[in-house]
Amino acid sequence: MKHIRLTQGALAAALLTAGTAQAGTLTIESWRVDDKALWEEVLIPAFQKKHPGIQIKFSPTAPTEYDSALQARLTGGTAGDLITCRPFDKSLDLYKKSFLEKLDGKGGMQNFPASAKVAWQSDDGKDTFCMPMASVIHGFFYNKKIFKELGLQPPKTVAEFHKAADAVKKAGKTPIALGTADQWEASQIVFTGIGPNYWKGEEGRKAIVAGSAKFTDAPYVAAWTEMSKWAPYLAKGYSAQTYGDTQNLFASGRAAMVPAGSWDIGYYNQQGVDFGAFPPPVQKAGDKCYISDHTDLGIGVNPKSKNKGDAYKFLEWVGSQEFADLYTNKVTGFFSLSNHLIAVKDPVAKSMIDWRKTCGSTIRLNAQILNRGEPNMETELWTVNSAVLNGKMTPKAAAERIQAGLSKWYKPAK
Amino acid sequence: MKKPFPWHILVFLTPAFLIYAVFSAFPLLDTLRLGFYTTSETGSQHFAWLANYRMLLFDPNWSEGFWNAMGNNVKFFLVHMLIQNPLGLLLAALLSMRGVRGAKAYQTLLFLPTLLSVVIIGFIWQLILSPLWGVAETLLGYVGLAEHFQPWLGQEETALYTLSLMSVWQFVGIPMMLIYAALIAIPDEIIEAAVVEGASAWRIFWTIRVPLILPTLGLVTILTFVGNFNAFDLIYSVKGALAGPSYSTDILGTYFYRAFFGYQSQLGSATLGAAVATLMFLVILAGVGVYFFFVQRKLQRFSF
Repeated sequence: MKHIRLTQGALAAALLTAGTAQAGTLTIESWRVDDKALWEEVLIPAFQKKHPGIQIKFSPTAPTEYDSALQARLTGGTAGDLITCRPFDKSLDLYKKSFLEKLDGKGGMQNFPASAKVAWQSDDGKDTFCMPMASVIHGFFYNKKIFKELGLQPPKTVAEFHKAADAVKKAGKTPIALGTADQWEASQIVFTGIGPNYWKGEEGRKAIVAGSAKFTDAPYVAAWTEMSKWAPYLAKGYSAQTYGDTQNLFASGRAAMVPAGSWDIGYYNQQGVDFGAFPPPVQKAGDKCYISDHTDLGIGVNPKSKNKGDAYKFLEWVGSQEFADLYTNKVTGFFSLSNHLIAVKDPVAKSMIDWRKTCGSTIRLNAQILNRGEPNMETELWTVNSAVLNGKMTPKAAAERIQAGLSKWYKPAK
Repeated sequence: MKKPFPWHILVFLTPAFLIYAVFSAFPLLDTLRLGFYTTSETGSQHFAWLANYRMLLFDPNWSEGFWNAMGNNVKFFLVHMLIQNPLGLLLAALLSMRGVRGAKAYQTLLFLPTLLSVVIIGFIWQLILSPLWGVAETLLGYVGLAEHFQPWLGQEETALYTLSLMSVWQFVGIPMMLIYAALIAIPDEIIEAAVVEGASAWRIFWTIRVPLILPTLGLVTILTFVGNFNAFDLIYSVKGALAGPSYSTDILGTYFYRAFFGYQSQLGSATLGAAVATLMFLVILAGVGVYFFFVQRKLQRFSF
């Protein structure tokens, strides 16, 4: 009898220790598949130097699947301890369903400006549920070698942009690397990237949210009109060109320009391309420029995490100077949102972050509030914007369809 | 003497019955049940009777997509019926001819794509057809047709048919094998008798072989129907769940995926997804029902 009790005790003890050992492993949910190596080789070891014994696993899901897969895992109780947060509604929705902890007053949060936190706060600004991690800036990359050969300068105005593109085309190269097969680039990089110059950044975005402007108004249609003129500059058969194709086209030096996000800097550096960046061209020389400076990544804590103590330790580290520096300089092209002063080392990343000094910053047009209803504006914009680039839809029809979709459910827009 | 209770029947049937009940029948019934619920803001579910179905069939936000997907699915099925199955029949007829050299090798080669993962098939064909690096244009150039090359996977008019043909290429081995098996099961005496009577090979094929393999052709039809209306993987792996351009390759499977799991910032809803799954189930059930009622009942089994 005593013997049996002993084995039971040993078994229980073994199970308990196994339990604690497991709770020590924090899992990070993320959609940044491309950053897996950086997390595993740079960020996590740096954290572990400070906190030895806390095991961390970075477990990313493909971006388009991330939201749905995460939602399923959170509902099923199998999601990781730390959750990478999309900005605005997506994470707000998770918070409303109590899938994210309230983070106000937690260590590290004091290092972020209010403007950075807006993306992860309740509408009244009282609850913050994710710690801001990084933003991305949209613009154009250009191949320095091709520009030099043809005697071109990075264009500042739309007219110069078209002139440069024509010159490249004449020289027998593809002016702009861009495809519409994956659809998202047409919206997230092109439309909400070049658009702010037409609708004056935040002013135009807030006007739509307030209902005082419509997508059918001139500034918004003008953005689509500009896109509709791009077809001659794109590679042959661009409607079947994927994002990977686009990256290859620019990296191999077959295309002179690519509308891109700062997150691609790391990739093109790796490919050894000699490239520079210029902000979306303005309409007339001397116009104020606007850039899409999108608060893109945050990180939150799963309330069902078995090891919240360690999760908060990690979060505090994410709010530190060390993380901000590592993230900005190692994960090139993501800019830390914290108040710390960081010297950006990469020249292209440096030039992009410097645009903030002269241009007005705005987030993606539809990121806040406008994506909440049905039809979902984000998916609608993907479809409509690629149709405009494909020449299947006129700018006017595009504007009408987006406005009609919005006014179906959004009161201020009616 | 009283017959003992046939325990062995129970013992042998129970495992299969249990597995079927747990993994097939119960999930199906639960899906039918779930379709009558809606999900609220907070994630809880409420009984809502036919609200989901009303939304899917009559609310333009959803119904346009649904009917578009349904239409595309019918086209997808028709391409398979008009190309895959006749092609399968033709190949089987050729392979079952006497004295075809290397028949076994052809069979294996034609059947091989069936064994490959759809993801691989999608990837290979995307590369072949890529306007930037694909070999399709060069190959067309060899026969002087280069100017007819189009980015077939990127155009609204051609994307769905291109995908259908990729699927045909992959799965033509299945009708071929089934029909081949039926053809070689036809006893030689019948064919020999016809030859003695002076019937031509053409006549023998149409008036003897084809009627004898009708049950198999029916089976192939219904397998194609069920497979096509459940299709999802190829479209998803090539075009993503948004099934672009402009939903021109959207079929019920991808439509279901977006409703159930959501896509990018569009949130998924398990209850709405269940309603879509139920509608798909009903479409397939109706198709199979029509087939059984009008075709299967009239088929004669030939036994020799």
